[in-house]
Amino acid sequence: MTESALNLSPDPASEQRAVGSHLARRMLRNATGLASMIVLGLIVLAAILAPLLTQTDPALADVRSILQPSSAAHPLGTDSAGRDVLARLLHGTRYSIAGALLGTTVAAMIGVIGGLLAGYYQKGFESVSSWLVSAIMALPGIVVLLAARAVLGPSLWMAMAVFGVLLAPAFYRLTYTAVVNVRHELFVDAARVSGVGDLSIIGRHILSVVRAPIIIQFAFVMGIAIAIQAGLDFLGLGDQSVPTWGNMLNDAFARMYKSPVLIVWPSLAVALTSTALALFANALRDELERSGKTKKRRRLAGAAAAAPVLAGEEAVVHAELGEDTRADLLTVDSLVVGYDQPDGILKQVVNGVSLRVKRGEVHGLIGESGSGKTQTAWSILRLLPDGGRIVAGTVNFDGKDLAHLSDKEMQKVRGRRISYIPQEPMSNLDPSFTVGSQLAEPMRLALGISAAEAKKRALELLARVGIPNPERTYAAYPHEVSGGMAQRVLIAGAVSCEPDLVIADEPTTALDVTVQAEILDLLRGLQKELGVSILIVTHNFGVVADLCDRVSVMRSGLIVETGPARSIFADPRHPYTQDLFAAILEDGAARGQLDHSADRHTATQGVTP
Amino acid sequence: MIRFTIRRLVSGVILLFVISSVAFLLLNLGAGNVGRRILGPQGTADTVALKNEQLGLNEPVLTRYFEWLRGAVTGDFGASWFTNQPVDQAISSRLAVTLAIVIGATLVSGFLATVLGVWAARRRGWADKLVQVIAVLGFAIPGFLIAIFLVNVFALNLHWFKPTGYVQMGTSFTGWLSSVTLPIAALSIGAIAAIVQQVRGSVIDALRQDWVRTLRSRGLSENRIVFKHVLRNAGGPALSVLAVQFIGLLGGAVIVEQIFAIPGLGQISVSATAQGDLPLVMGLVLVMGAIVVIVNLLIDLIQGFLNPKARVS
Amino acid sequence: MTESLLVIDNLEVEYPVKGFRRKPFRALKGVSLDIKPGECVGLVGESGSGKTTLGRAVLGLAPVTGGSITFKGAEIGHLKRRARRALSEEIQVVFQDPYSSLNPSLTIEQSLTEPLRVTKVSSPDASRRVRMLLDQVGLPSNAADRLPREFSGGQRQRIAIARALALSPQLIVCDEPVSALDLSTQARVLDLFKDIQEATGVAYLFVSHDLAVVRHLSHRVAVMYHGEIVEYGEGDKVTSDPEHPYTQRLLLAAPVPDPIRQEQRRADRSRLIEAQKEIDLQASVH
Repeated sequence: MTESALNLSPDPASEQRAVGSHLARRMLRNATGLASMIVLGLIVLAAILAPLLTQTDPALADVRSILQPSSAAHPLGTDSAGRDVLARLLHGTRYSIAGALLGTTVAAMIGVIGGLLAGYYQKGFESVSSWLVSAIMALPGIVVLLAARAVLGPSLWMAMAVFGVLLAPAFYRLTYTAVVNVRHELFVDAARVSGVGDLSIIGRHILSVVRAPIIIQFAFVMGIAIAIQAGLDFLGLGDQSVPTWGNMLNDAFARMYKSPVLIVWPSLAVALTSTALALFANALRDELERSGKTKKRRRLAGAAAAAPVLAGEEAVVHAELGEDTRADLLTVDSLVVGYDQPDGILKQVVNGVSLRVKRGEVHGLIGESGSGKTQTAWSILRLLPDGGRIVAGTVNFDGKDLAHLSDKEMQKVRGRRISYIPQEPMSNLDPSFTVGSQLAEPMRLALGISAAEAKKRALELLARVGIPNPERTYAAYPHEVSGGMAQRVLIAGAVSCEPDLVIADEPTTALDVTVQAEILDLLRGLQKELGVSILIVTHNFGVVADLCDRVSVMRSGLIVETGPARSIFADPRHPYTQDLFAAILEDGAARGQLDHSADRHTATQGVTP
Repeated sequence: MIRFTIRRLVSGVILLFVISSVAFLLLNLGAGNVGRRILGPQGTADTVALKNEQLGLNEPVLTRYFEWLRGAVTGDFGASWFTNQPVDQAISSRLAVTLAIVIGATLVSGFLATVLGVWAARRRGWADKLVQVIAVLGFAIPGFLIAIFLVNVFALNLHWFKPTGYVQMGTSFTGWLSSVTLPIAALSIGAIAAIVQQVRGSVIDALRQDWVRTLRSRGLSENRIVFKHVLRNAGGPALSVLAVQFIGLLGGAVIVEQIFAIPGLGQISVSATAQGDLPLVMGLVLVMGAIVVIVNLLIDLIQGFLNPKARVS
Repeated sequence: MTESLLVIDNLEVEYPVKGFRRKPFRALKGVSLDIKPGECVGLVGESGSGKTTLGRAVLGLAPVTGGSITFKGAEIGHLKRRARRALSEEIQVVFQDPYSSLNPSLTIEQSLTEPLRVTKVSSPDASRRVRMLLDQVGLPSNAADRLPREFSGGQRQRIAIARALALSPQLIVCDEPVSALDLSTQARVLDLFKDIQEATGVAYLFVSHDLAVVRHLSHRVAVMYHGEIVEYGEGDKVTSDPEHPYTQRLLLAAPVPDPIRQEQRRADRSRLIEAQKEIDLQASVH
């Protein structure tokens, strides 16, 4: 992946162009993109070469030859005034395209500049322009165009310029949102700290991000402009003196009964042009989105590929510390998880994990990012994201192989038998429903209890997980509670249907240390009280030390070491586990004081580059 | 909630005031010799002058504007210069016709777009491709071309519907239904295309949210998650598009009414502006503006219901 | 004693709150702090404590509403944009998120030369400097022509450090620079910070939520809570034997990676919390 990116941008200074040409090349390979570009190219060519393609004057009326069918002199026949249809069609291309281009350019100029300024400077700019925009948006466009015609007379160019003003919000909104988003990116802050001026930041950092969306919007809006312009002329409200597609439609529609074929040509021209523009914009957007996706995937891949997959390597297994008579609840055997890629290749993220969780045990699954620990947890619940699937292996839970259960049966297992505590408390509650309803709903469905009973139980649960005012939290919406409270709510939800196993995916990572300590206490208390098994996914050795009976260490989709927590902490045997322990900072030496080294610093300062 | 509604109504009134002021001044700038246009070539110089005098056109623009504003505030919008019909009468008889078509098209397109969008988002694959192609075509091909096409196929060739004309709902419900079917269809296709993209996109977005995984982990069925939780979250952005589409449909009705010869606001807008019938145009600007303000307010209130974060205290 | 490089005195930062006549949000309520040349001052706190705001205020990215920030004897808390720009050669930054702190569409060289171009360094000189900087942070010089997306989180953080070093500043504000990194990467990046400080004598204001990270790198440590500094002193002392009740709670809340000692710490923590409750209770009675 590194190579291809390097080949595409050999000259670092031309990176901006390289990204552009990269996209252009991909557009040529995209079937829709290529087809639409060819059609648009032909239309532009027809517009430019119109006087060469036909010698006939498009305005030349001939009363002796009205509404004639196709002939050598008039390949597409003549209209109601005896004018040559082909000549009008070709010359109409010029006016229609030029008019649409004018309108769209006006819209883009006003919208983009306004959006950049309002988005970057906000405050004064923002309120004025957003009011203007909503005022413009509140006007039914065609009425304004009609009014403008009444004022300014029937001029194609005037109408399109006014139309451009009306469409400016389309560009304004797009640019504004993009700028506001980019503005909060840290690289813009970094540029400011580096002393880069405002104009430079807008030009270098912000425009480069919004450029592609603006091109897409330009194509979309130009399609609309062509349609509106044709519509105005079609209504007879345009400038009748120039040959446009809309004027041809107007003439043909009036004679639809006599000569129905007349309406075909201008209709085709309008439909073809606007469809080509829309398809072009669509293809461009698809390609842009695709490049965004590969970026994300690369990030994931990069992390996983950091260490080579050592297939077949045996995990280090520590001996049990004493006799454990508890029965196995969950036995994962040689689990392989993969994601189907668009190019048909399967990308493996879990490479044969075996894992055992006993009844009433707290099992820690620890690893760094990309080790496949979360993927393992999700596949036990069969909740892998789109494209992910269990490729091989079994997930034996209380006598059933979850990997081969039907969706319907699996649904019965979730919540009632195995439940889940997520990592990010705030994003794991549906923002549109109250906390209470999200807690009561699964209980009503899973346990078949009444709404009143479910509410009563939900309130008890909220009290149990340490929420000071259960009634109030029950009625609150997720955004009204703090992260720590939300995590308590999610824990309450996880134990609400009395499951046998709780899978907790980094349940304290997103929380502050003091809140983390409270949540760990809560989990420990609930576990003891309910005797439930917990499989806890984490990257934090402190959390494992605090909570877990047993630990499995994961790397590159494999378990490298497993055994009782005390044994592994006392004597890590796999080199990778040893490396991880070495990187732990807790209990490390403090930096010490500055004084004695201060003089040395000033001495070395002069020598450094 | 009530304070929010009042505040929005006040700002709506201000907006209408600004729009009408600008419209009035602009229309007066380009008015030309109104008396001559009303009386035509038959009118003598004297009768034309008299007509202009009667219409108060010799007064300064500002005086006439305040005159108009005073009337408008008390509900008197004057009479058409050309037909002498009071403006409120001329508009109200046609408003119902246009609203019936536009609301009909909004409901049809909102419903179909939701069904198609959810289907595409859940099925992905070929269903998704199909919906996307429909969306691009529906978006790209202008509504009036679709209208012309529909007239040609269903009225002129298949004779399922009458090509033109409008039947009052009171006269015959089936007749009314048959007369609005093609116009509503012509208007809806473009709107469906726009809304379906948004519905599809926001449903896909919502399905990717973390809380969907958590709801699944609680044992909720997929249908329940999609139709109760996902749709409610996807509803906000889709409604915003629906509001924009409603305004667009109001404009689109102008052309479609022309094609199907339906006596609605669109038709009168075209004739009034073509003639430069200032009182009538001003009335139309006000009515259209008011509709837009009301629709946007309603949408915001529904948004508040759907999205508790946006709810205003 | 060496003269202080940066002196923050009774600093207040208020963010306006949306809405008519709402009271602004006070992120910093009179904070005082000083940093000596070549020193690393750690700033610890939980979310909402104001630690990031303090860093941003020093960088001129937060609205200072009271107090002063003095850098090398000159007041910099209320500088205009233009005057502020001159400071870019003296004060630099490394942000937390290695993914959004580099513009995804610029090559590493373009990102690194940005501060150099502002100070009008000629482009061959800038190019040479870029290779030198990359070498300094342990990246191969062919990294210059690549895009940020080709690098891992740890490598990006190295690039961000290189950008901060480009103008040889005297102070770098480090806003949680290792909290998005994996354990092993975190240790290596922290070592890099240490090496660079020892080689160049740059001073750090090192913001973090992690007491262990701060302890590892800081000469002195300040603990923030609700917009105030509640404890400030020698690093070893503050991070192992703190005086302020909040710091004590913070220290005992972080689990130690050892099951046996963690059990002990858990007991210590619940004892501490009981004791502090007792004190609070007595305070409210009297």
